[in-house]
Amino acid sequence: MIDRGGLLMSTKLNVMKHIMVPEHIIMGEEEVKKLLSHYSITTEQLPKIFHDDPAVKAIGAKVDDVIRIVRISHTAGRAESYRLVIRRPKK
Amino acid sequence: MPSPKRIGKIEFGLLSPKEIREMSVRKIIWADTYDDDGFPYPQGLMDLNLGVIDPGLRCKTCDQKASECPGHFGHIELAKPVIHVGYTRLIRKLLRVSCRACGRILLSPDEVEKVVGTDDDQTGDQISEKDVKKERICPHCGEQQLKINFEKPTMFSEVLVEDGRKVEHKLTPADIRARLEKIPDTDLISLGINPAVARPEWTILTVLPVPPVTMRPSIILENGQRSEDDLTHKLVDIIRINQRFKENQDAGAPQLIIEDLWELLQYHVTTYLDNEVAGCPPARHRSGRPLKTLSQRLKGKDGRFRGSLSGKRVNFSSRTVISPDPNISVTEVGVPLAVANEMTIPVRVTTYNIEDLKQIVRNGPGRPTVNAPCGANYVIRPDNRRLRLADGNQDTVADMIEPGWTVERQIRNGDVVLFNRQPSLHRMSIMAHRVKVMDGRTFRLNPAVCPPYNADFDGDEMNLHIPQTEEARAEAYILISVEENILSPRFGGPIIGGIHDHVSGIFMLTHGMRHFTKEEVLYLIRFTRIEHLPPAAKEVDGVELWSNKQVFSQILPPELNMVFRASSCKNCDTCKKELCERDAYVRIFDGKLESGTIDKKAIGAFDGQIVNRIIRQYGMRQAAEFIDDLTKLSIRAIMLDGFSFGIDDEDLSKTEYGQIEDVLNNAVLDVDRRIKIYEDGQLEPMPGRTVDETLEMQIMQVLGKARDQTGQIAGRHLGLGNSAVLMAESGARGSMLNLTQMAGCIGQQSVRGERIIRGYDDRTLPHFRKRDRGADAHGFIKHSYKGGLSPTEFFFHAIGGREGLVDTAVRTSQSGYLQRRMINALQDLKVAYDGTVRTTGGRIIQFQYGEDGTDPTKSAFGEPVDVKGIVESILKEEV
Repeated sequence: MIDRGGLLMSTKLNVMKHIMVPEHIIMGEEEVKKLLSHYSITTEQLPKIFHDDPAVKAIGAKVDDVIRIVRISHTAGRAESYRLVIRRPKK
Repeated sequence: MPSPKRIGKIEFGLLSPKEIREMSVRKIIWADTYDDDGFPYPQGLMDLNLGVIDPGLRCKTCDQKASECPGHFGHIELAKPVIHVGYTRLIRKLLRVSCRACGRILLSPDEVEKVVGTDDDQTGDQISEKDVKKERICPHCGEQQLKINFEKPTMFSEVLVEDGRKVEHKLTPADIRARLEKIPDTDLISLGINPAVARPEWTILTVLPVPPVTMRPSIILENGQRSEDDLTHKLVDIIRINQRFKENQDAGAPQLIIEDLWELLQYHVTTYLDNEVAGCPPARHRSGRPLKTLSQRLKGKDGRFRGSLSGKRVNFSSRTVISPDPNISVTEVGVPLAVANEMTIPVRVTTYNIEDLKQIVRNGPGRPTVNAPCGANYVIRPDNRRLRLADGNQDTVADMIEPGWTVERQIRNGDVVLFNRQPSLHRMSIMAHRVKVMDGRTFRLNPAVCPPYNADFDGDEMNLHIPQTEEARAEAYILISVEENILSPRFGGPIIGGIHDHVSGIFMLTHGMRHFTKEEVLYLIRFTRIEHLPPAAKEVDGVELWSNKQVFSQILPPELNMVFRASSCKNCDTCKKELCERDAYVRIFDGKLESGTIDKKAIGAFDGQIVNRIIRQYGMRQAAEFIDDLTKLSIRAIMLDGFSFGIDDEDLSKTEYGQIEDVLNNAVLDVDRRIKIYEDGQLEPMPGRTVDETLEMQIMQVLGKARDQTGQIAGRHLGLGNSAVLMAESGARGSMLNLTQMAGCIGQQSVRGERIIRGYDDRTLPHFRKRDRGADAHGFIKHSYKGGLSPTEFFFHAIGGREGLVDTAVRTSQSGYLQRRMINALQDLKVAYDGTVRTTGGRIIQFQYGEDGTDPTKSAFGEPVDVKGIVESILKEEV
């Protein structure tokens, strides 16, 4: 079972169910490798997302995971984006 | 190009007295600058060791000439330490968080850890004044702490309690320095200070660096007198007081005098560093002008950062007033001869162009007329020496020229130049035009390119830049020429097109059906590219006549097919198409206008359907030519009939005035009736509103409707023969509302969308009874602009007008700042070849530009392909 950050039995709101929150999926290692070579980049060049982001916590992603975000887009209909989970820096 | 480097870290520290002495080349002790012979005093402020500014002298430190010596620092030993004003906040904080006896932080290690965290897990926070309670006991030595008072600009004092009374005890800079010295290095780290580069006692100056003379040069005035820089003046003051202070100190002067002098020295050092400190009168020049000291050199719009580093001035540019010329192409810019004679393009001499260039050199710098061939102002020899061309040496220089030289040729017709109007808010604010040398003193531009620049001719000025290399010219022409910028990336439609009189003129030409004689047709099309007339549409009494639609069709590309509705279309339930009585159904069949009126929708800037279609079908160049033809044709068309607007164009007949009167009276009666219902408590509130709100809404509605009715009455009387109606119908300028307000009734004035309510108690003006809710008591203006306003109406109009002014003022400043922040954030982003949007470091911002990877100027309003347009142009029918 997926770790849902302890949300499964909690009364807390599951942000993933909110209509405004796009789909977040943790990418597999192979997928990430393909993504990086497709854009010929390192993980450092990906857009970032903090580890304590509500959506990241909800899908249980860990630091250094890459997340695929699928949004409904005004221009393209469906737009994919990828983000690297990083630790939120201390102020 | 050097490859970009990543910045590892930036360190900020303080200059220590040791460092100041080490970098100093000379101790300065004399307040004087030059002796009677004009030679610098040794150990004076202009000492030759500090660098040289007078030509001929050599620097005593580096033995270089004035132009090469960068200057060297000196120093002044201060008699007593003084506070550096820039660090008073830091000093206050340090005094308040450290012990007055032992100098340790007034917190136990546990308390420090709570704020800062452990070495492995730092919170990133630093200890602040708030973490230390006032007047507590030192946890390290048990000393009772005292309250520290700080008085701007540089006064610190301790508050003692003696016999129940509070006594303020002044702290001298020397006392403070002694205290700061006691703070141990280990404690400083938790305060956010790196003791290796910034010991806190260095914020108290014991030695003052003297900047090199090169950064405070003295100027020699016309009368031969020397005038010193503001900084030098201030340094003179400091040295004088410092000397006097030392003498008094050595002589054992009374404490009172010492204190006074100390304060005076503090004042001079403070104003030397910053002459705009709160609580400190600025040091002034003899003329009363405040001195521009160190901080003032850096601060503000004309300071070193915004003025000298971010702000760049350029050569090869010129600026003057703009004025319109519909007879030049949109791609051209009219340049005054005086400007064209001054601005140059460097041309390298080769075996291929040497003869031409020799002739240009012979022509010399003074081009006499607009049509004369261009000359040259300078030639550059292969050893980079410039020869100025003047009358007399032209022929000699021309004979000297050979390949390898460069000739700085004057600009001439056809040269590519950049044209710009501030504020440069979007990329169309700078476009490449082709030069057309003209008489007069203004830049000339085709009024059709006003919209992208947002220019008008009420005194606007614009800038012209001359690209200096072949690459720059090629890039300017290919990427940012006017032709390439007809489509705006903002909405994907044409931003260049007919404006104002172009629209009125083309409307007058194409509306309905009329015929022209050959003379008239030739007058209309004289300046367009048309070379052949089509067969005449009809012949009456042996006179050949051409229709108006025929004339317009001549400037259309021959295979154009489109169907659309003009801006005068009223969106009737059933469209009568070609039989439309407003002639609003535009149909172009094989490049011939079959029916309909050409107006803003067809050729206007921002709309321009025909312009848009020509760009898609034939390309930008064709579109630019179409706009050129259009502007010329429409100007002729408007001149054929003449077009003007006067005060009597707003006149109506007696019947209309009677009707308007009736409508308004009925509206006012209706309002009174509703107020009566409200006062009787009979008014039913609308859902979600209070009774008062409901009444207000009803009143606004009734009065709004009444105003619109007066407009309709006026519109019925004034037909297309009226210039204002024609302009509103064609979309050239103004609306029917403007006309309503001029001829019918101005209507309700409002503040924040509500009737005017503020003023005196329960009424807007003393002219009305208290609690009067009637129309005229709350800003309804019955009269028209033509008819004239009553005094109360005029007052309400001013209230409503002021709101508009305030709104625009606020909006422009807010959106300007927003734009600035956006540009700063996005300026280095670019679309890479793989369609991603990246920063200069290769970091990805968007995986597809705009998520769909589409260029708005190359798509059809969001769709990749304009299917409807293509089908229509092939079937030649509306679908």
